[in-house]
Amino acid sequence: MTVEKFDAIVVGAGMSGNAAAYTMASRGLKVLQLERGEYPGSKNVQGAILYANMLETIIPDFRDDAPLERHLVEQRFWVMDDTSHTGMHYRSDDFNEPAPNRYTIIRAQFDKWFSRKVRAAGAIVLCETTATELALDADGKVIGVHTDREGGIIHAEVVVLAEGVNGLLGTRAGFRKVPKPEAVALAVKEMHFLPEEVIAERFGLSGDQGCVIEAAGTISRGMAGLGFLYTNKESISLGIGCLVSDFAATMERPYALLEAFKGHPSIRPLLAGSEIKEYAAHLIPEGGFKAIPQLFGNGWVVVGDAAQLNNAVHREGSNLAMTSGRIAGEAIAMVKSRGRPMTSENLSLYKAMLDKSFVVKDLRKYKDMPALIHTNSRNFFMTYPQLLSQAAQNFVRVDGTPKIEKERATTAAFVKARSRWGLVSDAVRLALAWR
Amino acid sequence: MTTSLVRIEDKLYQNRYLVDTGRPHIKVRQHQSPSSNLLALTLVCPANCYEVNEDGEVEITADGCMECGTCRVLCEESGDIDWSYPRGGFGVLFKFG
Repeated sequence: MTVEKFDAIVVGAGMSGNAAAYTMASRGLKVLQLERGEYPGSKNVQGAILYANMLETIIPDFRDDAPLERHLVEQRFWVMDDTSHTGMHYRSDDFNEPAPNRYTIIRAQFDKWFSRKVRAAGAIVLCETTATELALDADGKVIGVHTDREGGIIHAEVVVLAEGVNGLLGTRAGFRKVPKPEAVALAVKEMHFLPEEVIAERFGLSGDQGCVIEAAGTISRGMAGLGFLYTNKESISLGIGCLVSDFAATMERPYALLEAFKGHPSIRPLLAGSEIKEYAAHLIPEGGFKAIPQLFGNGWVVVGDAAQLNNAVHREGSNLAMTSGRIAGEAIAMVKSRGRPMTSENLSLYKAMLDKSFVVKDLRKYKDMPALIHTNSRNFFMTYPQLLSQAAQNFVRVDGTPKIEKERATTAAFVKARSRWGLVSDAVRLALAWR
Repeated sequence: MTTSLVRIEDKLYQNRYLVDTGRPHIKVRQHQSPSSNLLALTLVCPANCYEVNEDGEVEITADGCMECGTCRVLCEESGDIDWSYPRGGFGVLFKFG
């Protein structure tokens, strides 16, 4: 009896798994991809914004048939207190380019499309199959996976762990740890449906133009967190996420936070009359460079969220996932084409290539940011937003108070809340973490 | 509670699930009094799967679970819960994600 053996098994059909499977299959490798959902995308949750460049590197003509919602022409950053927002808006006609830079997408639809490309490239995609454990030989080399289907081990030269932030296989095998509560954010999100023309009118958009709002402040009630609103063609993705450690400490209910965000006077009119069709929750890796686990070993590599490859400062996740999946696929194909075995030594090529890419360079740049935000969340997400709102209102409201008195009052409020030393210290620490 | 004017049941009702009846993918270990993290789950779980029962124990009804992993991150290491994914095809099925 012959036992079928694959060159590679990819666990998971999200961004990183699809990129890895596509890259290897299109280079002629015999690839099996396992997905526990009914269809690719049925277990995946994201905001979601797609960065064109990283997908273009993998599928150059993706714009021809990928399900894209809107291309983004405007980005708003809001600092919020309970009744106000102080914002910076950036809008440019430059984004109305022939090959736009960023799009909103709906993951369940996008992942189905990406998976069709993976199949067309020659990979076998097996859905409704939960991989339960890695299979190891006596020397500890990964030789395949166990699944919840009958039939024993499925064998492969190498397993690509694209199993997401909450992946089981790598942690069960001891290759990496379950993320710490301070290294992951829990985000909750709703899909609000509105007619296309209503969305266009409310956000000043035409055609397939889109707008993004990202908001921080008292909406996270002193926890380290971020709210977001993304315009899709006929819907709005609205969500908020905070560190799991902060949720556990404050015992805030995530959906109560979401309800309060929806009810904020700056958000409420943007959603008025919408029909809600889905409520989702998902963890987001926030640990940054210092949380990246061992990336490869004998017979395995780990990619995407499972490897904590997420740039929280720039809110970039899926493009790091796609890029790490592509690079892992390229590295494996190179090892294979040289006729070498998938040992730890040979698979270290993946890490060497990833280190040279923007993925690790960007994460290294912000390596101190997660700890700074985590330990100062009350100042950054409660005190400063309130002070900023007071200062802006003080500046704008005309009430006969001499301007010099207004300025003094604003300065005094900042000094009283954080002290001169505290203000300087916060600024310096933020600058250092950003540098 | 005044914090949640909207009932979580109404939110979860929007979602599509294929429940694996009689085979919950998460189990709470028997305990005398719940740990602080286990108790936190009664508020922090975004699907409100965890509740304190009459005996003061935290119990789980995993039917509405969105498989986010928050409870795993908070309670697996201490042994408070046993965490797995549902069998292939079962559990939450996002239409949009």
